Amino acid sequence: MTRHRHHARDTLRAMSIMGTRVVRTEDPVFLSRGATYTDDLTDERLTGALHLTFVRSPLAHATITAVDVEGARNAPGVVDVVTGTDIDLVAPKLFAGAADGMERPWLATDKVRFVGEPVAAVLTEDSYQGQDAADLVEIDYDPLPAVVDLRAAASDEVLLFESAGTNTSNGFGLGKQFDEHLFDGCDVVVTREIVNQRLAAASLETRAATAVWGEDGRVTVWCSTQNAQAARDAIAGWLGIDVALVHVITPDVGGGFGAKIGADPEFALVAWLARRTGRPVRWSETRSENMTGMVHGRAQLQTVTIGGNREGDVLAYRLDVLADAGAYPRLGSLLPYFTRMMAPGVYDIPKVESRARVVVTTTTSTGAYRGAGRPEATAAIERAMDLFAAEIGLDPAEVRRRNVIDPGAFPFRTKGGAVYDTGEYAQALDKVLDASGYAALRAEQAVRRERGDVVQLGIGVSVFVEITGGGAFAEDASVQVHPDGTVTVLTGTSPHGQGHATAWAMLAHSHLGIPIEKITVRHGDTDLIPRGGGTMGSRSLQTGGVAVYQAAGELVEVAKRRAADLLEADVDDLVVADGAVTVVGTTTGVTLAELAGRAELKVDSVFDSGAPSFPFGAHVAVVEVDVESGKAVVDRIVTVDDAGPILNPLLAEGQRHGGIAQGISQALLEEVVYDADGNPLTATFVDYGFPSAAELPSFTLVDMATPTHLNPLGAKGIGEAGTIGATPAVQSAVIDAVSHLGVRHIDMPATPVRVWEAINAARGSGGARVDTAGSAQ
Amino acid sequence: MIPVGFAYERPDAVEGALELLAEHGEDATVLAGGHSLLPVMKLRLGTPELIIDIGRLSELSYVRVEGDEVAIGAGTRHHAVETSDVVAAEVPLLAAVARTVGDPQVRHRGTLGGSLAHADPASDLPAAVLALGGTVVLRSLRGDRYVPITAFYTGVFSSVREPDELVVEVRVPRTGGAGWAYEKFTRRANDWAIVGVAVVDGRVGLVNMGSTPLRASATEAALAEGASIVDAAMLADRDTDPPADVAGTKEYRRHLARVFARRALTTAIVA
Ligand SMILES: Cc1cc2nc3c(=O)[nH]c(=O)nc-3n(C[C@H](O)[C@H](O)[C@H](O)COP(=O)(O)OP(=O)(O)OC[C@H]3O[C@@H](n4cnc5c(N)ncnc54)[C@H](O)[C@@H]3O)c2cc1C
Repeated sequence: MTRHRHHARDTLRAMSIMGTRVVRTEDPVFLSRGATYTDDLTDERLTGALHLTFVRSPLAHATITAVDVEGARNAPGVVDVVTGTDIDLVAPKLFAGAADGMERPWLATDKVRFVGEPVAAVLTEDSYQGQDAADLVEIDYDPLPAVVDLRAAASDEVLLFESAGTNTSNGFGLGKQFDEHLFDGCDVVVTREIVNQRLAAASLETRAATAVWGEDGRVTVWCSTQNAQAARDAIAGWLGIDVALVHVITPDVGGGFGAKIGADPEFALVAWLARRTGRPVRWSETRSENMTGMVHGRAQLQTVTIGGNREGDVLAYRLDVLADAGAYPRLGSLLPYFTRMMAPGVYDIPKVESRARVVVTTTTSTGAYRGAGRPEATAAIERAMDLFAAEIGLDPAEVRRRNVIDPGAFPFRTKGGAVYDTGEYAQALDKVLDASGYAALRAEQAVRRERGDVVQLGIGVSVFVEITGGGAFAEDASVQVHPDGTVTVLTGTSPHGQGHATAWAMLAHSHLGIPIEKITVRHGDTDLIPRGGGTMGSRSLQTGGVAVYQAAGELVEVAKRRAADLLEADVDDLVVADGAVTVVGTTTGVTLAELAGRAELKVDSVFDSGAPSFPFGAHVAVVEVDVESGKAVVDRIVTVDDAGPILNPLLAEGQRHGGIAQGISQALLEEVVYDADGNPLTATFVDYGFPSAAELPSFTLVDMATPTHLNPLGAKGIGEAGTIGATPAVQSAVIDAVSHLGVRHIDMPATPVRVWEAINAARGSGGARVDTAGSAQ
Repeated sequence: MIPVGFAYERPDAVEGALELLAEHGEDATVLAGGHSLLPVMKLRLGTPELIIDIGRLSELSYVRVEGDEVAIGAGTRHHAVETSDVVAAEVPLLAAVARTVGDPQVRHRGTLGGSLAHADPASDLPAAVLALGGTVVLRSLRGDRYVPITAFYTGVFSSVREPDELVVEVRVPRTGGAGWAYEKFTRRANDWAIVGVAVVDGRVGLVNMGSTPLRASATEAALAEGASIVDAAMLADRDTDPPADVAGTKEYRRHLARVFARRALTTAIVA
């Protein structure tokens, strides 16, 4: 009886913070004295550090015929100039699954394979001397034909790596022929090529690393990464030394979006150069370098084929992917694996098949970018659903509702090979249709079409499911109460803007009752926290966060047992609240701090979800398209992003906002463009089209929370929902706005010129003289 | 993103700047707001040996009515043009165009003289001054030259300015109640124009339709002969040679010039 009552009180207390809008504890520092990024570090060990400047290739593909570093060596402040032949480390394969021979040299020696590839390294006393000296390194190149087009790459006409004998880095599902009967029995079959364009993460903090060797033979590397522990392992592996000899610390990290997963080879080179010179070495790239040096994302050429009957049932779907690895295969070469897995999306399609070929091109390597493989899958299936709906003349929302997986069917094993945990797809769709006033929007659209308005209305719908926490399922946490009443939480999920310090403190507080101001969350130091999977794939809360929650819960049990001894009470009569253990109904008790004073009060815990979770949602985008100029402006976006129960709505909304912004931006603005010679045309912030607030509408966020059974919080990931759901909704809305003119498809980004060209093409005039000059009044 | 080393002088009067320019000629580069020059230097596309900083010369910052004209000092920031009561009353087009330049930071640093001297055909203000039929005042130790803006530009980033000359003033006719409009077409709010069309008093200036800011002469002539706005606007791209880049093809820019000429003329004349 009493026990029951206490339990309820505990829960109430816990509820008092869980699900509330706790303001970010990390912000006062960011907003006042500012963050400490890698390049801002002051540490006495870094006194006398040398500054590293890379000499980078100006050509996409060329043979190096001569390198002369003498001029640079004699320049003011130069301490060392290094070329590839000086480096005694084994050239690494940056993606284990890549074809042999596609290793990336530390510094190019024989050949360069993308604009921006490092060819020489210059070390100077002062960072200002670096660029001057780098300009004095003379390199002679014999240009080779660039390989930019993916089909040209796949044809192997020009090889990037002669020893590999192919431009195909790797593939998924290539061993099996497509089924020629896949679409048998379909009344309608539509096929279409879709570009999921290359994007730049463009994190505000560029890549940076700093290294110093200690007298103990260990190297400390500060670097900007999303996961310190993986960076440590990579750096040790590349240097060929024991992991125990590498200490990685991540100071504040100014954005990553997937592009900062793990370590870049430059980090290891910084450490190697520090060893070679016997001095600390600092490196922080410029924005121009970042735009060609840091991995890009997406970059898939997709062919979708969808078939079904005229009632709107989708019966078969095929996805054929040609993915761009860039010059040296990296994580991007793995991502089509997830694209294939998520190919059928939220739909129960009887027959699904897919394959992916990954090819190298003379461009910047690809890696993860917010969503990493899943936005590509969603964009493909959602576009296919629209094409199918258009072909049979049904409303795209209706076709979706007809084909989504039934809520009673979970856990649901898909034709893509995933097991979806929980989902309420039709409900999510209905919520956004309701909240957006879908029927009224369609009516307004009809009126504008009837009137022949210059500004037409477009409505795009997407329903999506994605996979989160799909990499490592286990995560460590440590929670310790100190004798002074403060708490330290250690986590292996290190943030780069997400708000872990606030969220993890809330989780610890929910068990301990100690104010969150007294709870310090530490991360990103591999000596302090040897194990951890970092922050990526929307995994943190459902793995690392749950581990903290679990550890704090276990700590309460430990505290109760010790208090029971101390107070000579029955454990079952004890309750923990406000940082103290008390005997229920009395004032007798002991604070957690006092207990910590008697003996260390610390719990290490590991949580293993055992499986990924599958958050889902639905988006409705409303755009206005000026059919004369082709410019699309997003008027509204209404979203359900169901990630289970929300720990802190403020943080969750921030994740949704950022993701939606990036989704809108992929749909309308952003694209990394190379010319036919492999020259990047979008390597500055003038040319690369990332959005500002002015290009975005206010977001209408609709609540929905379907828990997963995979963890005690019921939480799924929310970090990438926006780029997965918003992108196809916005793209589709633009196409919808001009579909009455005969347009069926416009590739992303749906820039004004592309929209204009699509309208022209649909009108069959193929060019300039389709002026609507008379239609304005 | 680190410029090549350079020498730096900050004269405290225009006279001093002119002396330095006379002495150093082509080796010297004037720094005003720095918002075009510094990016060029940081990318090492420009490597001046001597920088003459005129950014703090208050004698170059003014707006005043002089007879039929408004005289604006070359050092006047875009923000000052944008918010000047005199400009608003006498040449409202110029205020409206200044307001579309970049973002507030840019407008608080960039200067009218710098924008004109830089001679970027994608800049907004040169085409506005062209539509207005303004005059650029160049000064050197040799004296002053009054160059009509129609004769000022010679190509992309180039003008008739001699190396020893400083742009000291821009003069534009008072347009009073004449109809005007500016249509700036961008992808993002604070981008450069893909195409821009400035209209005032039946004159049409084009942004980013060739190697210099241009007048849509055929459109102007058609209007003068009584053509309808719609018909006249269809001639807006005549004799232009617009650039092709990631934002659009030549053909697209020609089309935009026609569309936005029509819209700007409609606003200026009908509204
Ligand atoms: C982010 C950003 C966005 C921008 N967006 C726009 C935009 O939308 N539209 C637009 O039109 N511009 C835009 N600009 C450019 C901006 O308007 C600049 O301020 C302007 O073009 C140059 O003015 P300035 O005073 O900064 O000149 P500076 O950069 O100092 O100088 C530019 C050039 O002119 C020369 N010069 C300057 N003053 C004189 C003088 N008095 N006599 C002789 N030579 C001189 C310099 O030597 C240099 O060659 C943008 C700039 C930035 C950084």
